[in-house]
Amino acid sequence: MGRLSVDLCGIELDNPVIPASGTFGYGYEFAELYDINCLGTFSFKGTTLEPRYGNPLPRIAEAKAGMLNAVGLQNPGVEAVIRDELPRLAKCFHKKVIANVSGFSIEEYAEVCRLLDNEPLVGWLEVNISCPNVHGGGMSFGTDPKAAAAVTRAVKAVTTKPVILKLSPNVTDIVSIARACEDAGADAVSLINTLLGMRFDLKTGKPILANNTGGLSGPAVFPIALRMVWQVSQAVKIPVIGLGGVSSADDVIEMMMAGATAVQIGAANLIDPFICRDIIRELPARMDHYGIAKISDLKGGSR
Amino acid sequence: MMKQGVFELAENTVLTGKVSSLRLTGDVSAIEIPGQFVQIQLDGLFLRRPFSVCDRDDNSFTVLYETAGTGTELLRTLPTGTELDVLTGLGNGFDLYRCGDTPLLIGGGTGISPLYWLAKELLKSGVSPKALLGFNTADDVFYADEFEALGIETLITTADGSRGIKGLVIDAMDKPYSGFYACGPEAMLRAVCEASSKPGQISLDRRMGCGFGACMGCTVMTWNGPKRICKEGPVLDREEIIWED
Repeated sequence: MGRLSVDLCGIELDNPVIPASGTFGYGYEFAELYDINCLGTFSFKGTTLEPRYGNPLPRIAEAKAGMLNAVGLQNPGVEAVIRDELPRLAKCFHKKVIANVSGFSIEEYAEVCRLLDNEPLVGWLEVNISCPNVHGGGMSFGTDPKAAAAVTRAVKAVTTKPVILKLSPNVTDIVSIARACEDAGADAVSLINTLLGMRFDLKTGKPILANNTGGLSGPAVFPIALRMVWQVSQAVKIPVIGLGGVSSADDVIEMMMAGATAVQIGAANLIDPFICRDIIRELPARMDHYGIAKISDLKGGSR
Repeated sequence: MMKQGVFELAENTVLTGKVSSLRLTGDVSAIEIPGQFVQIQLDGLFLRRPFSVCDRDDNSFTVLYETAGTGTELLRTLPTGTELDVLTGLGNGFDLYRCGDTPLLIGGGTGISPLYWLAKELLKSGVSPKALLGFNTADDVFYADEFEALGIETLITTADGSRGIKGLVIDAMDKPYSGFYACGPEAMLRAVCEASSKPGQISLDRRMGCGFGACMGCTVMTWNGPKRICKEGPVLDREEIIWED
Protein backbone atom coordinates (compact mmCIF):
# COMPACT_ATOMS: atom_id res chain seq x y z
CA MET A 1 0.00 0.00 0.00
CA GLY A 2 1.42 3.38 -1.01
CA ARG A 3 1.18 6.57 0.96
CA LEU A 4 -1.88 7.71 -0.97
CA SER A 5 -3.57 4.36 -1.44
CA VAL A 6 -6.97 3.53 0.02
CA ASP A 7 -9.19 0.47 -0.01
CA LEU A 8 -12.62 0.88 -1.57
CA CYS A 9 -14.77 -2.21 -1.00
CA GLY A 10 -11.84 -4.57 -1.31
CA ILE A 11 -10.27 -2.94 -4.37
CA GLU A 12 -7.13 -0.92 -3.73
CA LEU A 13 -7.00 2.57 -5.22
CA ASP A 14 -3.56 4.16 -5.79
CA ASN A 15 -5.05 7.36 -4.39
CA PRO A 16 -8.46 8.52 -3.19
CA VAL A 17 -9.09 10.95 -6.10
CA ILE A 18 -12.06 10.01 -8.31
CA PRO A 19 -13.58 12.26 -11.00
CA ALA A 20 -17.33 12.27 -10.40
CA SER A 21 -19.96 11.02 -12.79
CA GLY A 22 -21.23 13.53 -15.32
CA THR A 23 -18.09 15.63 -15.29
CA PHE A 24 -15.68 13.19 -16.94
CA GLY A 25 -17.69 11.62 -19.77
CA TYR A 26 -16.45 8.09 -20.45
CA GLY A 27 -12.91 9.23 -19.76
CA TYR A 28 -11.33 9.54 -23.17
CA GLU A 29 -11.82 13.32 -23.61
CA PHE A 30 -9.53 13.65 -20.60
CA ALA A 31 -7.23 10.84 -21.74
CA GLU A 32 -6.30 13.12 -24.66
CA LEU A 33 -5.07 15.68 -22.13
CA TYR A 34 -3.17 13.54 -19.62
CA ASP A 35 -2.61 9.92 -18.62
CA ILE A 36 -5.80 9.19 -16.67
CA ASN A 37 -4.17 6.10 -15.15
CA CYS A 38 -2.88 8.48 -12.46
CA LEU A 39 -6.43 8.60 -11.04
CA GLY A 40 -7.64 6.38 -8.21
CA THR A 41 -10.46 5.53 -10.60
CA PHE A 42 -13.33 7.54 -12.09
CA SER A 43 -17.10 7.28 -12.24
CA PHE A 44 -18.39 7.32 -15.79
CA LYS A 45 -21.35 9.24 -17.18
CA GLY A 46 -24.70 8.18 -15.73
CA THR A 47 -26.01 5.34 -17.87
CA THR A 48 -29.60 4.26 -18.39
CA LEU A 49 -31.22 1.29 -20.14
CA GLU A 50 -32.32 3.31 -23.19
CA PRO A 51 -30.41 6.15 -24.90
CA ARG A 52 -31.39 9.57 -23.59
CA TYR A 53 -30.98 12.95 -25.25
CA GLY A 54 -31.62 14.70 -21.94
CA ASN A 55 -33.26 18.04 -21.22
CA PRO A 56 -33.77 20.99 -23.57
CA LEU A 57 -31.23 23.83 -23.50
CA PRO A 58 -30.18 25.90 -21.59
CA ARG A 59 -28.92 23.18 -19.26
CA ILE A 60 -26.27 25.22 -17.47
CA ALA A 61 -26.35 28.37 -15.35
CA GLU A 62 -23.72 30.28 -13.39
CA ALA A 63 -23.96 30.61 -9.60
CA LYS A 64 -21.79 32.21 -6.94
CA ALA A 65 -18.87 29.80 -6.43
CA GLY A 66 -20.68 27.15 -8.42
CA MET A 67 -23.01 26.23 -11.20
CA LEU A 68 -26.41 24.75 -11.86
CA ASN A 69 -26.91 21.92 -14.31
CA ALA A 70 -30.01 20.23 -15.66
CA VAL A 71 -28.47 17.95 -18.27
CA GLY A 72 -31.02 15.24 -17.59
CA LEU A 73 -28.86 12.13 -17.92
CA GLN A 74 -27.90 12.43 -21.58
CA ASN A 75 -26.23 9.12 -22.45
CA PRO A 76 -26.14 6.60 -25.31
CA GLY A 77 -27.79 3.80 -23.30
CA VAL A 78 -26.19 0.78 -21.65
CA GLU A 79 -25.88 -1.35 -24.80
CA ALA A 80 -23.92 1.37 -26.63
CA VAL A 81 -21.81 1.95 -23.51
CA ILE A 82 -20.85 -1.74 -23.41
CA ARG A 83 -20.40 -1.97 -27.19
CA ASP A 84 -18.62 1.36 -27.90
CA GLU A 85 -17.56 3.30 -24.83
CA LEU A 86 -15.99 0.62 -22.64
CA PRO A 87 -13.75 -0.86 -25.39
CA ARG A 88 -12.61 2.67 -26.24
CA LEU A 89 -11.94 3.37 -22.57
CA ALA A 90 -10.05 0.08 -22.14
CA LYS A 91 -7.42 1.35 -24.59
CA CYS A 92 -6.49 4.28 -22.36
CA PHE A 93 -7.51 3.20 -18.84
CA HIS A 94 -6.05 0.11 -17.21
CA LYS A 95 -7.79 0.24 -13.84
CA LYS A 96 -11.26 -0.67 -12.70
CA VAL A 97 -13.84 2.03 -13.42
CA ILE A 98 -16.97 2.94 -11.46
CA ALA A 99 -20.08 2.38 -13.58
CA ASN A 100 -22.67 5.01 -12.73
CA VAL A 101 -26.21 3.77 -13.29
CA SER A 102 -29.55 5.56 -13.37
CA GLY A 103 -33.08 4.38 -13.88
CA PHE A 104 -36.75 5.16 -13.87
CA SER A 105 -37.92 1.96 -12.20
CA ILE A 106 -36.41 -0.60 -9.86
CA GLU A 107 -36.43 -3.11 -12.73
CA GLU A 108 -34.48 -0.71 -14.96
CA TYR A 109 -31.79 -0.12 -12.33
CA ALA A 110 -31.44 -3.88 -11.91
CA GLU A 111 -31.32 -4.57 -15.65
CA VAL A 112 -28.60 -1.98 -16.33
CA CYS A 113 -26.56 -3.33 -13.41
CA ARG A 114 -27.06 -6.91 -14.60
CA LEU A 115 -25.73 -6.00 -18.05
CA LEU A 116 -22.73 -4.14 -16.62
CA ASP A 117 -21.97 -6.95 -14.16
CA ASN A 118 -20.35 -8.92 -17.00
CA GLU A 119 -17.88 -6.15 -17.83
CA PRO A 120 -14.37 -6.84 -16.48
CA LEU A 121 -13.42 -3.14 -16.68
CA VAL A 122 -16.20 -2.27 -14.22
CA GLY A 123 -15.02 -2.51 -10.61
CA TRP A 124 -17.98 -0.99 -8.82
CA LEU A 125 -21.58 -0.07 -9.62
CA GLU A 126 -22.58 3.38 -8.43
CA VAL A 127 -26.36 3.56 -8.36
CA ASN A 128 -27.62 7.11 -8.76
CA ILE A 129 -30.81 7.47 -6.74
CA SER A 130 -30.32 11.22 -6.52
CA CYS A 131 -30.51 12.87 -9.95
CA PRO A 132 -32.62 16.01 -9.43
CA ASN A 133 -33.08 16.69 -13.16
CA VAL A 134 -35.29 13.87 -14.39
CA HIS A 135 -38.93 13.18 -13.71
CA GLY A 136 -40.44 9.92 -12.51
CA GLY A 137 -37.19 8.34 -11.37
CA GLY A 138 -33.77 9.46 -10.22
CA MET A 139 -34.10 11.42 -7.03
CA SER A 140 -37.51 9.99 -6.10
CA PHE A 141 -35.76 6.73 -5.14
CA GLY A 142 -33.24 8.59 -3.03
CA THR A 143 -35.66 10.60 -0.91
CA ASP A 144 -37.42 7.67 0.73
CA PRO A 145 -35.59 5.05 2.83
CA LYS A 146 -37.89 2.22 1.70
CA ALA A 147 -37.46 3.02 -2.01
CA ALA A 148 -33.69 3.40 -1.57
CA ALA A 149 -33.56 0.01 0.14
CA ALA A 150 -35.66 -1.59 -2.58
CA VAL A 151 -33.32 -0.34 -5.31
CA THR A 152 -30.32 -1.54 -3.30
CA ARG A 153 -31.76 -5.04 -2.84
CA ALA A 154 -32.74 -5.31 -6.51
CA VAL A 155 -29.27 -4.34 -7.67
CA LYS A 156 -27.43 -6.50 -5.15
CA ALA A 157 -29.43 -9.49 -6.39
CA VAL A 158 -27.99 -9.21 -9.92
CA THR A 159 -24.33 -8.43 -9.31
CA THR A 160 -21.30 -9.63 -7.43
CA LYS A 161 -19.53 -6.29 -7.84
CA PRO A 162 -19.52 -3.82 -4.95
CA VAL A 163 -22.59 -1.57 -5.05
CA ILE A 164 -22.34 2.11 -4.12
CA LEU A 165 -25.55 4.06 -3.60
CA LYS A 166 -25.23 7.73 -4.59
CA LEU A 167 -27.33 9.81 -2.24
CA SER A 168 -29.22 13.06 -2.58
CA PRO A 169 -28.76 15.97 -0.19
CA ASN A 170 -32.32 17.10 -0.98
CA VAL A 171 -33.75 15.20 1.99
CA THR A 172 -34.69 15.92 5.58
CA ASP A 173 -32.48 13.18 7.02
CA ILE A 174 -29.74 11.77 4.81
CA VAL A 175 -28.61 9.46 7.63
CA SER A 176 -31.88 7.50 7.48
CA ILE A 177 -31.43 6.95 3.73
CA ALA A 178 -27.82 5.85 4.16
CA ARG A 179 -28.77 3.42 6.93
CA ALA A 180 -31.57 1.98 4.80
CA CYS A 181 -29.08 1.36 1.97
CA GLU A 182 -26.59 -0.24 4.35
CA ASP A 183 -29.25 -2.49 5.86
CA ALA A 184 -30.31 -3.53 2.33
CA GLY A 185 -26.79 -4.66 1.53
CA ALA A 186 -25.08 -1.61 -0.01
CA ASP A 187 -21.28 -1.90 -0.01
CA ALA A 188 -20.73 1.87 0.12
CA VAL A 189 -22.53 5.17 -0.24
CA SER A 190 -21.40 8.27 -2.12
CA LEU A 191 -22.64 11.75 -1.24
CA ILE A 192 -23.65 14.36 -2.06
CA ASN A 193 -25.29 14.68 -5.45
CA THR A 194 -26.26 18.25 -6.39
CA LEU A 195 -28.57 20.50 -4.40
CA LEU A 196 -31.78 21.49 -6.14
CA GLY A 197 -31.57 25.15 -7.13
CA MET A 198 -32.75 27.78 -9.56
CA ARG A 199 -31.71 31.03 -11.32
CA PHE A 200 -33.78 33.64 -13.13
CA ASP A 201 -32.89 35.81 -16.11
CA LEU A 202 -33.32 39.36 -14.80
CA LYS A 203 -34.12 40.69 -18.28
CA THR A 204 -37.00 38.29 -18.94
CA GLY A 205 -38.06 37.34 -15.41
CA LYS A 206 -38.00 33.69 -16.45
CA PRO A 207 -35.92 30.76 -15.19
CA ILE A 208 -32.58 30.46 -17.02
CA LEU A 209 -32.72 26.67 -17.20
CA ALA A 210 -35.20 25.16 -19.63
CA ASN A 211 -35.92 22.57 -16.92
CA ASN A 212 -36.61 25.52 -14.54
CA THR A 213 -34.65 23.88 -11.72
CA GLY A 214 -31.22 22.30 -11.69
CA GLY A 215 -28.56 20.86 -9.44
CA LEU A 216 -26.11 23.18 -7.68
CA SER A 217 -22.49 22.05 -7.48
CA GLY A 218 -19.10 23.66 -6.97
CA PRO A 219 -17.29 25.15 -3.95
CA ALA A 220 -20.55 26.72 -2.71
CA VAL A 221 -21.79 23.30 -1.58
CA PHE A 222 -18.55 22.03 0.01
CA PRO A 223 -19.49 22.77 3.66
CA ILE A 224 -22.86 21.06 3.21
CA ALA A 225 -21.15 18.01 1.72
CA LEU A 226 -18.67 17.89 4.60
CA ARG A 227 -21.47 18.05 7.14
CA MET A 228 -23.43 15.25 5.50
CA VAL A 229 -20.37 13.02 5.02
CA TRP A 230 -19.53 13.58 8.68
CA GLN A 231 -23.07 12.68 9.80
CA VAL A 232 -23.38 9.61 7.57
CA SER A 233 -19.91 8.24 8.26
CA GLN A 234 -20.68 8.16 12.00
CA ALA A 235 -23.95 6.32 11.41
CA VAL A 236 -22.89 3.56 8.98
CA LYS A 237 -20.08 0.99 8.90
CA ILE A 238 -19.71 0.86 5.10
CA PRO A 239 -17.32 3.25 3.32
CA VAL A 240 -18.51 6.74 2.48
CA ILE A 241 -17.28 8.40 -0.72
CA GLY A 242 -17.35 12.16 -0.19
CA LEU A 243 -18.09 14.65 -2.92
CA GLY A 244 -19.52 18.11 -3.36
CA GLY A 245 -17.44 21.16 -4.21
CA VAL A 246 -14.04 19.52 -3.74
CA SER A 247 -11.50 21.51 -5.73
CA SER A 248 -8.08 21.26 -4.07
CA ALA A 249 -5.75 18.81 -2.30
CA ASP A 250 -6.70 20.48 0.98
CA ASP A 251 -10.37 19.85 0.23
CA VAL A 252 -9.61 16.15 -0.34
CA ILE A 253 -7.86 15.95 3.03
CA GLU A 254 -10.69 17.83 4.75
CA MET A 255 -13.30 15.53 3.19
CA MET A 256 -11.38 12.49 4.48
CA MET A 257 -11.10 14.08 7.92
CA ALA A 258 -14.91 14.34 7.82
CA GLY A 259 -15.10 10.59 7.31
CA ALA A 260 -14.73 9.90 3.59
CA THR A 261 -12.81 6.81 2.46
CA ALA A 262 -12.35 8.26 -1.03
CA VAL A 263 -13.23 11.56 -2.63
CA GLN A 264 -14.94 12.44 -5.88
CA ILE A 265 -14.32 15.65 -7.78
CA GLY A 266 -17.06 16.97 -10.03
CA ALA A 267 -17.68 20.54 -11.13
CA ALA A 268 -13.99 21.46 -10.72
CA ASN A 269 -13.15 19.23 -13.73
CA LEU A 270 -15.32 21.42 -15.92
CA ILE A 271 -13.35 24.56 -15.05
CA ASP A 272 -9.87 23.04 -14.93
CA PRO A 273 -9.63 19.77 -16.89
CA PHE A 274 -6.25 18.99 -15.28
CA ILE A 275 -7.39 19.47 -11.69
CA CYS A 276 -7.55 15.80 -10.66
CA ARG A 277 -4.04 15.12 -11.95
CA ASP A 278 -2.78 18.26 -10.20
CA ILE A 279 -4.49 17.42 -6.90
CA ILE A 280 -2.90 13.95 -6.91
CA ARG A 281 0.51 15.56 -7.48
CA GLU A 282 -0.04 18.08 -4.70
CA LEU A 283 -1.39 15.69 -2.07
CA PRO A 284 1.98 14.45 -0.67
CA ALA A 285 3.23 17.98 0.01
CA ARG A 286 -0.06 18.98 1.62
CA MET A 287 0.03 15.81 3.75
CA ASP A 288 3.56 16.73 4.85
CA HIS A 289 2.26 20.18 5.73
CA TYR A 290 -0.38 18.72 8.04
CA GLY A 291 1.80 15.90 9.37
CA ILE A 292 -0.21 13.12 7.75
CA ALA A 293 1.95 10.05 7.10
CA LYS A 294 -0.56 8.00 5.11
CA ILE A 295 -3.84 9.26 3.71
CA SER A 296 -5.55 6.12 4.99
CA ASP A 297 -4.62 7.25 8.53
CA LEU A 298 -7.32 9.88 8.24
CA LYS A 299 -10.63 9.03 9.85
CA GLY A 300 -12.36 7.85 6.71
CA GLY A 301 -9.35 5.93 5.44
CA SER A 302 -8.98 4.04 8.69
CA ARG A 303 -12.47 2.60 8.60
CA MET B 1 -5.88 19.48 -29.31
CA MET B 2 -7.01 21.69 -26.45
CA LYS B 3 -4.42 23.52 -24.36
CA GLN B 4 -4.62 25.42 -21.10
CA GLY B 5 -2.41 28.47 -20.72
CA VAL B 6 -1.92 31.86 -19.15
CA PHE B 7 -2.29 34.73 -21.60
CA GLU B 8 -1.50 38.42 -21.19
CA LEU B 9 -4.03 41.02 -22.20
CA ALA B 10 -2.28 43.11 -24.87
CA GLU B 11 -5.20 45.23 -26.10
CA ASN B 12 -8.78 45.76 -24.94
CA THR B 13 -10.24 48.16 -27.49
CA VAL B 14 -13.74 49.62 -27.54
CA LEU B 15 -15.15 49.32 -31.09
CA THR B 16 -18.73 50.53 -30.62
CA GLY B 17 -21.05 51.33 -27.71
CA LYS B 18 -21.28 47.66 -26.77
CA VAL B 19 -18.63 45.81 -28.76
CA SER B 20 -14.94 45.54 -27.90
CA SER B 21 -11.98 43.57 -29.17
CA LEU B 22 -9.55 41.76 -26.94
CA ARG B 23 -6.08 40.66 -28.00
CA LEU B 24 -4.27 38.15 -25.79
CA THR B 25 -0.66 37.04 -26.12
CA GLY B 26 0.64 33.58 -25.24
CA ASP B 27 0.89 30.06 -26.64
CA VAL B 28 -1.61 30.03 -29.50
CA SER B 29 -0.42 26.73 -30.99
CA ALA B 30 -3.70 24.94 -30.18
CA ILE B 31 -5.76 27.47 -32.17
CA GLU B 32 -5.66 25.78 -35.55
CA ILE B 33 -8.89 26.30 -37.48
CA PRO B 34 -11.14 29.35 -38.00
CA GLY B 35 -14.40 28.81 -36.15
CA GLN B 36 -12.71 27.35 -33.08
CA PHE B 37 -13.23 29.12 -29.76
CA VAL B 38 -11.51 29.75 -26.45
CA GLN B 39 -12.78 29.61 -22.84
CA ILE B 40 -11.57 32.49 -20.66
CA GLN B 41 -11.58 32.30 -16.86
CA LEU B 42 -12.53 35.53 -15.10
CA ASP B 43 -11.96 36.36 -11.43
CA GLY B 44 -15.07 35.87 -9.32
CA LEU B 45 -16.95 33.85 -11.94
CA PHE B 46 -17.16 30.08 -11.72
CA LEU B 47 -17.77 29.06 -15.32
CA ARG B 48 -15.36 30.09 -18.05
CA ARG B 49 -16.75 32.27 -20.84
CA PRO B 50 -16.54 31.13 -24.49
CA PHE B 51 -15.44 33.41 -27.36
CA SER B 52 -14.89 32.64 -31.03
CA VAL B 53 -11.42 33.42 -32.30
CA CYS B 54 -11.59 36.44 -34.63
CA ASP B 55 -7.94 36.42 -35.65
CA ARG B 56 -4.62 34.94 -34.68
CA ASP B 57 -0.93 35.45 -35.43
CA ASP B 58 2.20 33.70 -34.18
CA ASN B 59 1.89 34.75 -30.54
CA SER B 60 -1.55 36.28 -30.03
CA PHE B 61 -5.23 35.90 -30.80
CA THR B 62 -8.15 38.31 -30.91
CA VAL B 63 -11.77 37.90 -29.89
CA LEU B 64 -14.67 40.32 -30.33
CA TYR B 65 -17.27 40.54 -27.59
CA GLU B 66 -20.46 42.39 -26.86
CA THR B 67 -21.14 43.39 -23.27
CA ALA B 68 -24.23 41.35 -22.51
CA GLY B 69 -23.85 40.16 -18.93
CA THR B 70 -21.67 39.90 -15.84
CA GLY B 71 -18.75 38.22 -17.60
CA THR B 72 -18.45 40.53 -20.58
CA GLU B 73 -19.04 43.62 -18.42
CA LEU B 74 -16.12 42.52 -16.26
CA LEU B 75 -14.02 41.79 -19.35
CA ARG B 76 -14.55 45.33 -20.62
CA THR B 77 -12.92 46.76 -17.47
CA LEU B 78 -9.72 44.68 -17.62
CA PRO B 79 -6.53 46.68 -18.22
CA THR B 80 -3.59 45.83 -20.45
CA GLY B 81 -1.21 43.42 -18.73
CA THR B 82 -3.93 41.41 -16.98
CA GLU B 83 -3.11 37.70 -16.95
CA LEU B 84 -5.95 35.37 -17.92
CA ASP B 85 -6.25 31.58 -17.76
CA VAL B 86 -7.53 30.41 -21.15
CA LEU B 87 -8.43 27.07 -22.70
CA THR B 88 -7.58 27.25 -26.42
CA GLY B 89 -8.22 25.09 -29.45
CA LEU B 90 -11.83 24.24 -28.62
CA GLY B 91 -14.45 23.08 -31.11
CA ASN B 92 -14.26 21.85 -34.67
CA GLY B 93 -14.05 24.98 -36.84
CA PHE B 94 -15.11 25.65 -40.44
CA ASP B 95 -14.31 23.42 -43.41
CA LEU B 96 -12.53 25.68 -45.91
CA TYR B 97 -13.54 23.54 -48.87
CA ARG B 98 -17.19 22.94 -48.02
CA CYS B 99 -18.83 25.96 -49.62
CA GLY B 100 -17.24 26.43 -53.05
CA ASP B 101 -14.87 28.97 -54.60
CA THR B 102 -16.93 32.12 -54.05
CA PRO B 103 -18.65 31.75 -50.68
CA LEU B 104 -20.50 34.46 -48.80
CA LEU B 105 -19.37 35.12 -45.23
CA ILE B 106 -22.58 36.17 -43.52
CA GLY B 107 -22.24 37.71 -40.07
CA GLY B 108 -24.68 39.43 -37.76
CA GLY B 109 -23.33 41.60 -34.91
CA THR B 110 -20.49 39.89 -33.02
CA GLY B 111 -21.21 36.83 -35.15
CA ILE B 112 -18.86 38.36 -37.71
CA SER B 113 -15.98 37.50 -35.35
CA PRO B 114 -14.99 34.00 -36.57
CA LEU B 115 -15.60 35.01 -40.19
CA TYR B 116 -12.66 37.44 -40.22
CA TRP B 117 -9.98 34.79 -39.63
CA LEU B 118 -11.97 32.46 -41.89
CA ALA B 119 -11.74 35.07 -44.68
CA LYS B 120 -7.97 35.24 -44.28
CA GLU B 121 -7.56 31.47 -44.38
CA LEU B 122 -9.93 31.10 -47.34
CA LEU B 123 -7.89 33.64 -49.28
CA LYS B 124 -4.71 31.69 -48.49
CA SER B 125 -6.40 28.54 -49.80
CA GLY B 126 -7.31 30.17 -53.11
CA VAL B 127 -10.97 30.67 -52.26
CA SER B 128 -12.51 34.10 -53.02
CA PRO B 129 -15.03 34.99 -50.31
CA LYS B 130 -17.27 38.04 -50.06
CA ALA B 131 -18.37 39.46 -46.71
CA LEU B 132 -21.97 40.33 -45.88
CA LEU B 133 -22.17 41.95 -42.49
CA GLY B 134 -25.45 42.89 -40.82
CA PHE B 135 -26.00 45.47 -38.08
CA ASN B 136 -28.88 47.45 -36.61
CA THR B 137 -27.60 50.98 -37.24
CA ALA B 138 -24.52 52.77 -38.62
CA ASP B 139 -23.32 53.33 -35.05
CA ASP B 140 -23.20 49.56 -34.47
CA VAL B 141 -20.92 48.82 -37.43
CA PHE B 142 -17.46 47.42 -36.65
CA TYR B 143 -14.73 45.52 -38.52
CA ALA B 144 -16.04 46.67 -41.92
CA ASP B 145 -12.68 48.35 -42.60
CA GLU B 146 -10.77 45.25 -41.51
CA PHE B 147 -12.73 43.03 -43.92
CA GLU B 148 -12.23 45.55 -46.75
CA ALA B 149 -8.51 45.71 -45.99
CA LEU B 150 -8.32 42.01 -46.88
CA GLY B 151 -9.26 43.08 -50.41
CA ILE B 152 -12.61 41.30 -50.42
CA GLU B 153 -15.94 42.80 -51.39
CA THR B 154 -17.70 43.75 -48.17
CA LEU B 155 -21.41 44.51 -48.09
CA ILE B 156 -22.96 46.18 -45.05
CA THR B 157 -26.63 46.04 -44.19
CA THR B 158 -28.31 48.03 -41.44
CA ALA B 159 -31.86 47.48 -40.26
CA ASP B 160 -32.58 51.23 -40.31
CA GLY B 161 -30.69 51.97 -43.53
CA SER B 162 -28.30 54.41 -41.85
CA ARG B 163 -25.37 52.69 -43.56
CA GLY B 164 -25.07 50.41 -46.56
CA ILE B 165 -28.07 48.47 -47.73
CA LYS B 166 -31.28 49.00 -45.76
CA GLY B 167 -32.64 45.75 -44.40
CA LEU B 168 -31.37 42.39 -43.24
CA VAL B 169 -28.52 40.28 -44.61
CA ILE B 170 -31.02 38.18 -46.58
CA ASP B 171 -31.98 41.34 -48.50
CA ALA B 172 -28.43 41.49 -49.89
CA MET B 173 -27.97 37.90 -51.11
CA ASP B 174 -29.08 38.49 -54.71
CA LYS B 175 -25.66 38.23 -56.43
CA PRO B 176 -24.20 34.81 -57.34
CA TYR B 177 -22.26 32.91 -54.67
CA SER B 178 -21.16 29.30 -54.28
CA GLY B 179 -22.21 28.75 -50.66
CA PHE B 180 -22.13 30.45 -47.29
CA TYR B 181 -20.50 30.47 -43.89
CA ALA B 182 -22.71 32.17 -41.30
CA CYS B 183 -22.58 33.21 -37.67
CA GLY B 184 -24.92 35.50 -35.77
CA PRO B 185 -28.34 35.68 -34.12
CA GLU B 186 -30.42 32.52 -34.41
CA ALA B 187 -33.21 34.28 -36.36
CA MET B 188 -30.66 35.51 -38.91
CA LEU B 189 -29.10 32.06 -39.33
CA ARG B 190 -32.47 30.48 -39.87
CA ALA B 191 -33.53 33.19 -42.35
CA VAL B 192 -30.30 32.68 -44.30
CA CYS B 193 -30.93 28.94 -44.50
CA GLU B 194 -34.49 29.54 -45.67
CA ALA B 195 -33.34 32.11 -48.25
CA SER B 196 -30.57 29.98 -49.76
CA SER B 197 -30.36 26.47 -51.17
CA LYS B 198 -26.53 26.58 -51.46
CA PRO B 199 -24.11 24.58 -49.31
CA GLY B 200 -23.60 26.25 -45.98
CA GLN B 201 -21.86 25.99 -42.63
CA ILE B 202 -23.25 27.65 -39.53
CA SER B 203 -21.52 28.46 -36.26
CA LEU B 204 -24.02 28.06 -33.42
CA ASP B 205 -23.89 29.71 -30.01
CA ARG B 206 -25.27 27.88 -26.98
CA ARG B 207 -24.90 28.35 -23.24
CA MET B 208 -21.99 26.10 -22.30
CA GLY B 209 -20.52 24.53 -19.21
CA CYS B 210 -17.03 23.18 -19.72
CA GLY B 211 -16.42 23.91 -23.42
CA PHE B 212 -14.55 20.67 -24.09
CA GLY B 213 -17.17 17.94 -24.22
CA ALA B 214 -17.33 16.74 -20.63
CA CYS B 215 -20.55 18.10 -19.17
CA MET B 216 -23.09 17.63 -21.99
CA GLY B 217 -24.43 21.08 -21.15
CA CYS B 218 -24.64 22.33 -24.75
CA THR B 219 -25.86 19.29 -26.68
CA VAL B 220 -28.30 20.00 -29.51
CA MET B 221 -30.29 17.40 -31.40
CA THR B 222 -29.40 17.35 -35.10
CA TRP B 223 -30.54 15.23 -38.04
CA ASN B 224 -27.31 13.29 -37.41
CA GLY B 225 -28.10 12.69 -33.74
CA PRO B 226 -27.06 14.60 -30.61
CA LYS B 227 -24.04 16.89 -31.01
CA ARG B 228 -22.15 18.81 -28.37
CA ILE B 229 -21.84 22.40 -29.66
CA CYS B 230 -18.49 22.69 -27.85
CA LYS B 231 -17.01 19.50 -29.31
CA GLU B 232 -18.74 18.29 -32.51
CA GLY B 233 -19.64 22.00 -33.10
CA PRO B 234 -19.83 24.92 -32.91
CA VAL B 235 -19.81 24.67 -36.72
CA LEU B 236 -22.53 22.45 -38.19
CA ASP B 237 -23.51 21.81 -41.79
CA ARG B 238 -26.76 23.57 -42.59
CA GLU B 239 -28.44 20.26 -43.46
CA GLU B 240 -27.84 18.92 -39.94
CA ILE B 241 -29.59 21.67 -38.04
CA ILE B 242 -33.07 21.13 -36.65
CA TRP B 243 -34.62 24.59 -36.30
CA GLU B 244 -36.85 24.72 -33.28
CA ASP B 245 -40.12 26.64 -33.31
